[in-house]
This record gives sequence, C-alpha cells and structure tokens, in this order.
Amino acid sequence: MAIRKPRSEPGTTLASHGDSILKDAHKALKDPARRLLGKRILSLGGLALLSGCDLSTDKSVNTMLRKISFFNDDVQALLFDPNRMAPTYPESMITRPFPFNAFYDIDDVPDVDAGTYRLQVGGLANGKRVWTLDELHALPQQDQITRHICIEGWSAIGRWGGVRFADFLRRAGADTTARFVSLHCADNYWTSIDMPTALHAQTLLTLTYDGQTLPPKYGFPMKLRMPTKLGYKNPKHIVAITVTNEYPGGYWENQGYNWFGGS
Amino acid sequence: MSHRTIQPVWVRITHWINALAVILMVMSGWQVYNASPIFPALRFPAAITLGGWLGGALLWHFAVMWLLVANFLVYLGLNLVSGRLRNKLLPLSFRALAADTLAALRGRLTHGDLSRYNAIQKLAYLVVIADIVLLVLSGLAVWKSVQFPLLRTLMGGYDNARVVHFICMSVLVAFFVVHVVMVALVPRSLLLMIRGR
Repeated sequence: MAIRKPRSEPGTTLASHGDSILKDAHKALKDPARRLLGKRILSLGGLALLSGCDLSTDKSVNTMLRKISFFNDDVQALLFDPNRMAPTYPESMITRPFPFNAFYDIDDVPDVDAGTYRLQVGGLANGKRVWTLDELHALPQQDQITRHICIEGWSAIGRWGGVRFADFLRRAGADTTARFVSLHCADNYWTSIDMPTALHAQTLLTLTYDGQTLPPKYGFPMKLRMPTKLGYKNPKHIVAITVTNEYPGGYWENQGYNWFGGS
Repeated sequence: MSHRTIQPVWVRITHWINALAVILMVMSGWQVYNASPIFPALRFPAAITLGGWLGGALLWHFAVMWLLVANFLVYLGLNLVSGRLRNKLLPLSFRALAADTLAALRGRLTHGDLSRYNAIQKLAYLVVIADIVLLVLSGLAVWKSVQFPLLRTLMGGYDNARVVHFICMSVLVAFFVVHVVMVALVPRSLLLMIRGR
C-alpha cells in the first residue's frame, strides 16, 4: 500500500483546481505548524481517494477481507432460521420472461441428453447412488413461486417444481449430520451449501419451470432451487451431488463471492 | 484561542473512524451498484469505486460494515450517556430553524462560536444520524431479505429496499459534500476535530 500525495496531472480536476485549493489552504493556515498539519491532512485525504486500486491488489488486505468473509459465513449460519420460509408470490407476479443468467452466453448452454442422463450421489451416503430422470419424476413433487435474488442486485420471481431436497437426501441415505453438500454441473460449474439449508423445506431439486419441463436455459435436467440463497448458490444442470465434511468451495466462491450467500 | 476542549476525544476518534468507514462503504457500494444499476443511465466511474469487481467490492462492503456499525453504536451510545446529543443538538425549534435559514439566505449566518451549533447545523447532524440508521437497516433488508421479514416489509419489499439504500447513500454523500465545503470555509473547525479545541 503506497502513500501517495495528490499530484497535479494534466486534465484532472486536481490540475485545474489544485493550485487554488492549496493557495486558499496556505492562506488559512499561516503558522508553520498548522501548515504541516494541513499538508498531512491533504495527504490523508489523497490516500483515502487514491487508495482504491492499491488496497484492492494488496495481498495482506485481501487475506484479511477473505477472513472476514468466512466470519460472515458463520454469522449467516447463525441468522439462518430453518423454520423461516422465504416469501411466496401469486402467479400474476411471475417475471416474464424470466432472465437467463450464467457465467457464459446463452448459446453455450449445455445440451444434456435425457435418456443417458444419470445423477450421481457420492460421499457420505449409503443409499441409491445413481438416479435416472424417471426415478426422480416418480418421487413426490412440489411447486413454489419465489423470488430469485442475484448477487448483482436484481431480482426476478419464478415458479419452480420438483422434489424436496431433504426428501431426496434421506432417500439417498445421506448423512444429514454432515456439514456440506457439494453440487457439480454439466457446464463445469460447481458450488456447495450448508446442510441446514439443504434440509430447508423450500429447497427443491427442481425438474420443471412454470409447469413445463425445465428448459435448457434454466438448467435442464435439474436445478437446485433455494429461495433462502442468492442466485449463484442455485446451480443448474446438476450431474453429481456429494455429501461431505470437507469445505468444497465453489466456482464463484473461490474467486471471492461469499460462500454462505444467504438471503 | 480558547484551550477549552470542545470536541472530546471520543467524538474525534469516532468521527474519523466513521469518515473512513463511510468513504470505503460508499466507494465499494458504488462498485456493487454498477453490477446492476437501479437507474440504467447512472453508473459510477471505476476511478471512484473500490474493489475492482463485484466480488471484490462485496468483500470490502461486508467487512467495513462491521467497522461502520460498531463505531456508530459507540458514537450514539456515548452521545446518549454523556448527554452530548441533548446539549449540542437539542432543542431544535421550527422558529430557530426558520430564523437561521433566513439568515443563511442573506449570508449572515455565522459559526463564530464553534462550541455552539446553529439550528441548520443541528438539523443537518440529526438528519445524518437518522440517515445512517436507515442506511444500515435498508442494507440489512437487502442483505437478508428472507431472514428479516419485518424489515423487508418496512422497506417495501426487497427491490424497494435497494432504492431506500440508494437514497440514504445519496443523502449521506450530499451531507459529506456540504460538510467538507463548510469545513473549508471555517478551517478552524477542522483543527477542532483533530485536537479538540
């Protein structure tokens, strides 16, 4: 982190007004001790204004910020109430068309073949480890209209239907005392969630969108939908689910997004 | 110049911590805003934002929020306990406010005695304190709209909480600009906030 004094550079506001500001300041601060003080204050102000890029690339600062982010994961785990439901909305409030969003363009949406598709369950689970789409459709289905909140700030209301994830995990013999569930996707996206959120009543392994088979752009064949978490925690095109006690991270989380990502 | 301490040390410390926290929160907040602008025509130039990208800005925003809130609670608590809030910022009458506004418009409003605030200053400081409270509450509603249903409802829903948060930021930035201009006009007040007298 470098301490820089405000310097006049051509074309900046500082260049056009800097001299007059300094002249005024010197006039106001006649005695030398005060002048020194004034200079220090100007440097401090300059530091605060210019520090943006310097602070952002500083390694120790980043390490500290990541630590606070992990602390914020713990705070959010405490704030998370397993019995509190996210608000649901009437059909008239559904956002149409519901926005497409991914870390790639809509033309690059993966093409998953329904016939050969298999969902793998791994890690701390002692039940059925390979699931076909028909087997998932045969489980009890639920429907919900909830708000999807993106980390960018925008939100959209949609209707998703599918299997309650808690039911699925129990049928798959998952150890529900484990800490994490990690999710790997056909588009190489991956993320992971805490077990309390995995067991939340509104967490659905969705197979439909607005009453229709989940279209590719919304995550065919399945999306894990959690209205208690931000959009990037809701993976699409899931191919493997792993129950684990080892912190699994995630695609965006490893780059700096907060891991818990709760709403 | 008087040697009487006008700004006690806790006021000065909390003031400067708050100044730093507010600058970092606003700059990182602008970067977050740019990811999905509420007003498509308004974006903040990269040079005045902090964090480099959305993820970096959020790391800053959700770290410095603790500093801002903890410092603000200390400031507010000591203000209430010491009676400083009552002595300095109250009472504030409509009549005094009207008289001082009139004087300000005529260019006759002075700040000769730095230990006493005129009615406009009292209003400005009370408004900015209330504004920070609302800024924090609307921020909580945006961050945890599911976990704080009452707050979400009070803010008019998730999307509206973002608008409230933006408006509170704008009020705070407007205060900041006027505050700095006033300090430039009365440089003694800057020394006061550094050495207390």
